[in-house]
Amino acid sequence: MLGKRTFLTASLGLVLGGAALAQATLTAPPPAPAQQQTGTTRFITVSSTTSTTDSGLFNHLLPAFQRASGIEVRIVSQGTGQALDTGRRGDADVVFVHARAQEERFVTEGFGVERKPVMYNDFVLIGPRSDPAGVKGSTNITAALQLIRERQVPFVSRGDRSGTHAAELNLWQAAGIDIAAAKGPWYREIGQGMGAALNTSGAMGAYVLADRATWLNFRNRGDLEIVVEGDRRLFNQYGVILVNPARHPHVKQADGQRFIDWLVGPEGQRVIADYKINGEQLFFPNATQPGV
Amino acid sequence: MDVTSAFGAALSLIFNLDPQFLQIVGLSLRVTLTAVLLAALIGLPLGALLAVTRFPGRSVIIVLVNGLMGLPPVVAGLIVFLLLSRSGPLGSLGWLFTPTAMVIAQTLLVLPIIIALTRGTIEDLWSEYREHLTSLGLTGWRAVPTLLWDGRFALATGLLAGFGRASAEVGAVLIVGGNIAAYTRTMTTSIALETSKGDLPLALGLGLVLITLTVAINAAAYGASRIGARFAG
Repeated sequence: MLGKRTFLTASLGLVLGGAALAQATLTAPPPAPAQQQTGTTRFITVSSTTSTTDSGLFNHLLPAFQRASGIEVRIVSQGTGQALDTGRRGDADVVFVHARAQEERFVTEGFGVERKPVMYNDFVLIGPRSDPAGVKGSTNITAALQLIRERQVPFVSRGDRSGTHAAELNLWQAAGIDIAAAKGPWYREIGQGMGAALNTSGAMGAYVLADRATWLNFRNRGDLEIVVEGDRRLFNQYGVILVNPARHPHVKQADGQRFIDWLVGPEGQRVIADYKINGEQLFFPNATQPGV
Repeated sequence: MDVTSAFGAALSLIFNLDPQFLQIVGLSLRVTLTAVLLAALIGLPLGALLAVTRFPGRSVIIVLVNGLMGLPPVVAGLIVFLLLSRSGPLGSLGWLFTPTAMVIAQTLLVLPIIIALTRGTIEDLWSEYREHLTSLGLTGWRAVPTLLWDGRFALATGLLAGFGRASAEVGAVLIVGGNIAAYTRTMTTSIALETSKGDLPLALGLGLVLITLTVAINAAAYGASRIGARFAG
């Protein structure tokens, strides 16, 4: 048995050969980082939020930008807090998020060049059709939150430092509730993205704050529906920031700036306004509006 | 509930040959097979060496390697993430959020499995053929190539176990790859994404395709090793 070396084991060969082939192709089409700098694939990395991805906006937006500029945009979608951290570490060229206070801190700390407003949509309170808290049809989000707390009805919180999580915490505060102290078993922090929070709420018959875009694009609604909307405190502004090349020299300044200029320019703003699901517009461009 | 529509989604994915879907399957296989190849190149000799040599601290290493077979993918991902981040020690390579980073993370996951299973297999062979090999002048590391060759059918199982672990994991590739559409999106990260978008039939459909692929690869390897074993007598 020791002498039989005539035959390369087919099973080993299959795995190894396949892998060798894979290795060859892996090094070929997506070029190594060194080559990328020289421009075979021109791309930027953008860290953005789960809501912009889960809502399908980027699938609509990015091909238009790539046609206009030849630049591929690679989106890493995370909660706003995590997306800003990705920018802080220099792992993205641009951040595109929705939590103004955090964005401004990012710029003040020197990690970002300048924050520019891009678009807005709004948050909606989602809840079970049976409406155990009795808040359906209200346009007063703080009154609704007070009722949910009073009746200890299950409420799902993102709990992930995302823009939506920050908005939810602000709303509790506006309702005069110190949620850190008031939370009990009814208040469930899941530490996950928007879609996961909606799935969880559906399964638990809980209320949840969601951005309208993700809600409209969400398929597994089950028993959930919008219970509170239209309060002006549910406004949800998105901003875009170039990561500071002075802090991270490898940041692709020119291409990143080009993406930002396109987004806030007439072309990008028009494409954003064009994005509709079932005839309903999801995001409202407002780059020229002052003070947002 | 949605099981029928999941089968429908799976079938339409397969038969429509949607280019986006093929790209995702292609990337998943490329990343995982490359990781298994790298882990095999490193792990087979190391595992065999561990089987035939005796040195102080050997049992500690064996326990450690066995334990690392249970390394949580998300931890492997986090380690590679911290290494490859622009703010980390290897940041200047610019490998974070690329398929290369995913290969590294998966190699880390597969390596302990291959080392541990190789060591077990080769240790048995070594105790069986030690005298014979020693009489031929093959001792220590010099016996390794022969032993690896003799154990090749059993070792293939180890590679398949590694392949299974790598192709099934989502935690590591999600962290170091970033789930970027058409670039680092794999079968498993697609499943996670579609689940979070609430498109459960599509998520389950992708899952069925992944399971089918894994079974097909295992079946091919099994068939090949049967034929190979008969051939080799």
